[in-house]
Amino acid sequence: MGTWALSLIGFTGRLTFAFLAELKVLSRLINSSAYWTFIAPFTYKRFRLKQTVSEIVKVGYNSIPIVCVISFFLGFILALQAAYQLRRFGAMIYVANLVGVSLTRELGPIITAIIASGRSGSAFAAEIGSMKAAEEVDALIGMGINPVSYLVAPKLIAMILMMPALTIFADCIGILGGTVISVTMLGIHPNAYLNQTIKALLVRDVATGLIKAISFGVSITIVGVYQGFKVTAGAEEVGMRTTASVVSSIFMIILLDLFFTVLFYFLT
Amino acid sequence: MENAINIYHLESHYGNFKALKDITASIPRGKTTVILGGSGCGKTTLLKHLIGLLRPTSGTILINEKDITLMNEHQINEMRRRIGILFQGAALLNSMTIAENIALPLKEHTRLNPETINIMVRMKLDLVGLSGFDKFYPSQLSGGMKKRAGIARAMALDPELLFFDEPSAGLDPVTAAGIDELIIRLKSVFKMTITVITHELPSVFMIADYVIMLEKGEMLFAGTLEELKESTHPAIRRFLERKPDTDACSPDDYFDIISGRV
Repeated sequence: MGTWALSLIGFTGRLTFAFLAELKVLSRLINSSAYWTFIAPFTYKRFRLKQTVSEIVKVGYNSIPIVCVISFFLGFILALQAAYQLRRFGAMIYVANLVGVSLTRELGPIITAIIASGRSGSAFAAEIGSMKAAEEVDALIGMGINPVSYLVAPKLIAMILMMPALTIFADCIGILGGTVISVTMLGIHPNAYLNQTIKALLVRDVATGLIKAISFGVSITIVGVYQGFKVTAGAEEVGMRTTASVVSSIFMIILLDLFFTVLFYFLT
Repeated sequence: MENAINIYHLESHYGNFKALKDITASIPRGKTTVILGGSGCGKTTLLKHLIGLLRPTSGTILINEKDITLMNEHQINEMRRRIGILFQGAALLNSMTIAENIALPLKEHTRLNPETINIMVRMKLDLVGLSGFDKFYPSQLSGGMKKRAGIARAMALDPELLFFDEPSAGLDPVTAAGIDELIIRLKSVFKMTITVITHELPSVFMIADYVIMLEKGEMLFAGTLEELKESTHPAIRRFLERKPDTDACSPDDYFDIISGRV
């Protein structure tokens, strides 16, 4: 066998082993996050209420303004794009259906998740990364405090609670944006628009959006803290990991979205 | 002499690199032991093994006659409640005040009420000479004060064993001497077993009762400070007299180095 073939085998092997090692670290992290978030609070260990509330404020409450502004504009844009197509058929009232359904099923959860990965996911990676670089994580372990219990569990709970909440905000404000544009520029009566929206929306549409939002929240948190824990030294690496956390969590969001969209398409 | 820690045939690897080679040593109870050696000799690696942050490739570490290499996470955490550690950069949590940092181990491991915890925090701060700094954040303190705060946090649960990783690194000689003074006081007042990692000779002569010296991952020397001073081992003499490593390389070796064959 030629040397190039041997080196190809070697290259593939090294890549595979490196990938498997990463996978092991990641699955350990997911395992212990799940334990410290969902099981430990119900055993003898205490629940970190104060930190959880502080994370809820950071990832949830503080994100409300930006989520509102962006989803308002998104509703605006959606209504205009819908009108561009629908006016050819004289079916302007169906703008309400299009805006309502696409926001609650798809765009509300995904835009919230992208904002959260930029705001919160990157903050998780930067916080844990700089703590890791300054030996603070080692100090926690040295004090007998599990870093996953102390750092990850409050963030995970906060994201699981806040992502659906923010998504509901995004849905409502987005529909409001659609209403504003339809009333002012497309000449639809506000009552007609809102009635049409209510008729068009099913509980199922909103619920599938919220299920997506929860899964996005979990994946943003896991990706962010995983990148943070991977930091070994230096401020430069913290920056690198923060960027990586945003890129890979957006990728994960799209992947999960694809999965759930296919699933719900065949389920309903 | 009773030992607090016994290490038998400890070996450790970072990937393929062998960081510690067959270390057998012991740390006597109630004394200050200094682990001495040049940069990159494995001092910090040894410390990380002693507190269970790293798992060895092979070997045994007995703390109070219990093998920590065989413990699960829960048992190690129980053991860690009885040890205190000062990390190189003090490793205070930057998002918390000094008082909250010192209160953290107390809140985590005890069910004391907040008033009692506050009193204990003030006691520990007074012990290290930082009374009145409880509301400060780590970023507002100087290097020496951070180390003192780190010592206060390490002392929070009144440990039996205290570990210091390079306590005087990055400090001016006067501040460093202040830290050494504090270490001596802790030993004489609390009769604690103290392990200090350092390469600063003035500190060694001031605080050490017992010395373990490492070089390139191997144990070079273990004995009292007097025995160290009288040692005739060339590497130890070089270290004590601050002479550079003068292993001359042959022209052939040098050729290998510059041609990148090594």
